[in-house]
Amino acid sequence: MTDTTVSTPVTATGLEPALEPASSSRAQKRKARKKAAKDPKRKITWDRVWAQRALLAMSVPLLMYQILFKYVPVYGWAIAFQRYKPGRGSIWNQQWVGLQNFHNLFTGVNGERFRQVVVNTMGQSVLTLIVGTFGAIVLALLLNEVKNLPFKRILQNITYMPHFLSWVIVASLASVALSLPSSGGFINQGLMSLHLVDHPVLFLTQPNYFWEIVAGTNLWKELGWNTILYLAAITAIDPGLYEAAEVDGAGRYRKMFSITLPSIKPTIVVLLIINSGWILSTNFELPYFLGNGLVSEKSETIDVFVLRYGYQLGNYSLAVVAGIFKTIVAVILVGSANLAAKRLNQETLV
Amino acid sequence: MSLTTVAKPLARRASRGGSRRRKRTVEQIIFTTLNTTFLLALAALMIYPLLNTLAISLNDGNDAVRGGIGIWPRVFSLQNYNVVFNMTTIYQAFFMSVLKTVVVVATNLFFTSMLAYVLSRNEFIFRRSITLIFVLTLYFDAGLIPNYLLIRDLGMLNSFQAYWVPTIISAFNLIVLRTYMKSIPDEIIESARTDGAGDFRMWWQIVMPLCKPALAVVGLFVAVGSWNSWLDTLLYNSGDQALSTLQYELQKLLASSMNAGMNSVAATGNAQSGGQVTTPIALRSTITMVAAVPILFVYPFLQKHFVSGLVIGSVKG
Repeated sequence: MTDTTVSTPVTATGLEPALEPASSSRAQKRKARKKAAKDPKRKITWDRVWAQRALLAMSVPLLMYQILFKYVPVYGWAIAFQRYKPGRGSIWNQQWVGLQNFHNLFTGVNGERFRQVVVNTMGQSVLTLIVGTFGAIVLALLLNEVKNLPFKRILQNITYMPHFLSWVIVASLASVALSLPSSGGFINQGLMSLHLVDHPVLFLTQPNYFWEIVAGTNLWKELGWNTILYLAAITAIDPGLYEAAEVDGAGRYRKMFSITLPSIKPTIVVLLIINSGWILSTNFELPYFLGNGLVSEKSETIDVFVLRYGYQLGNYSLAVVAGIFKTIVAVILVGSANLAAKRLNQETLV
Repeated sequence: MSLTTVAKPLARRASRGGSRRRKRTVEQIIFTTLNTTFLLALAALMIYPLLNTLAISLNDGNDAVRGGIGIWPRVFSLQNYNVVFNMTTIYQAFFMSVLKTVVVVATNLFFTSMLAYVLSRNEFIFRRSITLIFVLTLYFDAGLIPNYLLIRDLGMLNSFQAYWVPTIISAFNLIVLRTYMKSIPDEIIESARTDGAGDFRMWWQIVMPLCKPALAVVGLFVAVGSWNSWLDTLLYNSGDQALSTLQYELQKLLASSMNAGMNSVAATGNAQSGGQVTTPIALRSTITMVAAVPILFVYPFLQKHFVSGLVIGSVKG
């Protein structure tokens, strides 16, 4: 659960396919792989296994470990088909109820609530993704125009920093920033001194602001970090293009919109596609920390639902059904997003 | 005659070029000014919440309730830190967080790099299938409750093992390290092999020292992830106060202030410890700083490496 991949951004996970070698080398690789499969030297024989016993000893226990901790827990899915009572002990000692929990969650008594939960998850994710992508592109373009390198580096260091703070800290900072001026809510202070509002707004009690708060807080935390890939793409642009444009009399804006932006378009598209695969998997911490009884209709996401219903209220069966739904949809979405990105990659990132 | 016809357009072009250049300089100055202003404002927005929290934590607790503290404490006092470090729960949680981070980093680096070495060996027969089994876990997760049930059935609830045993391998870092190891020239490996080094020694004595930069990056990321995590404490170890971590304590505090905030304008009541008193807002700010400071402290080391770390990760072999 000390999930290190959670702290690295989704973009980092999706990074591998994005910057993979070009299509031609991939085709060659595939051919080489096919050849290798037929190669008698690569056949698995007892001699080879014995010769590699050291490598096997170093890897097989860890493989067992990984299977135990990542794949074996699937046995817990069984309780989706049971009326699970923790008091009855092991999961083999429970009453089986078939698909009743699935009916409950999707169409029955919890149907309406769960639909809202799915809508919330997707709404928060999509808004976060759009705002985050747009913000990161703008910031990358503007940072690229800073010619004073030490100043640029300082700006980068400051904007990357929030990425490393924990969600607990970020949520804590956000709840203070959004509170009343008397509790340190500087957003209200700012709005009031600009005369945009007459009375302080209790942001965290208004359901209609919740998605925007999630997207805004995400933006604050990940904005700088998300520029890294775009800045890397910008540095890969051939400087000759800019020189040619200058000779033709192009100004800064012209160069930005006619060279920089089109050049990083493939990166933008690939990252958007890959990140959209995680649409049901992001946004757990913020809705959990900042959500409360007054805004739950807009704040509750699938993960929060699972934690509340399953872990805290003890309705394990219903929570596991929701979890299975999320996992299956996520695997399909992430898988197809990666496939799409790879296919696109071949055509556009050559 | 012919001279003037040639000279005229030239002169015109020159003057036009000059004015355009001047125009562009003006345009450039305006753009640079606007851009710099905007970026400075953005940087201020990024850093203000932290400075504000720092100021509140260094301010007298009762005075802080009045609000209006900017980035400088109004009534300077170290009382809050005194209170926080005299609270046994926070004090214990701080050391538990440190211990957990150290153990997680050590075990994770050891096992992940060992497996990365194996998977970086081209001759290894199960290289492809084992890599696939690990990479798939980047996308597949059985879910929160099933993971909880596994830990429960293994008898690891409310034990220190629940912190580090499930995390000894991280698939993403495995790929990062494997890719880095692949870049080590084959000559080095081959010459060590002819000197009679077995695979375990090869990994530990030849490959590991060559991987120091990559190990530093991965280690820092694992450390940050472990320090920042709170869900493992909530799910597995919330039954034992001695196993609580700083992030989890802060989360509990945040939750109670969220609930309090819904009922009254500001959380009232005092936090007490050993006769010393402070207010909830000051307490929360102080614990936030205590939880954030280690991150801010390693940040200079991190930022020196993280871009290269990302690049390593992206160049997938």
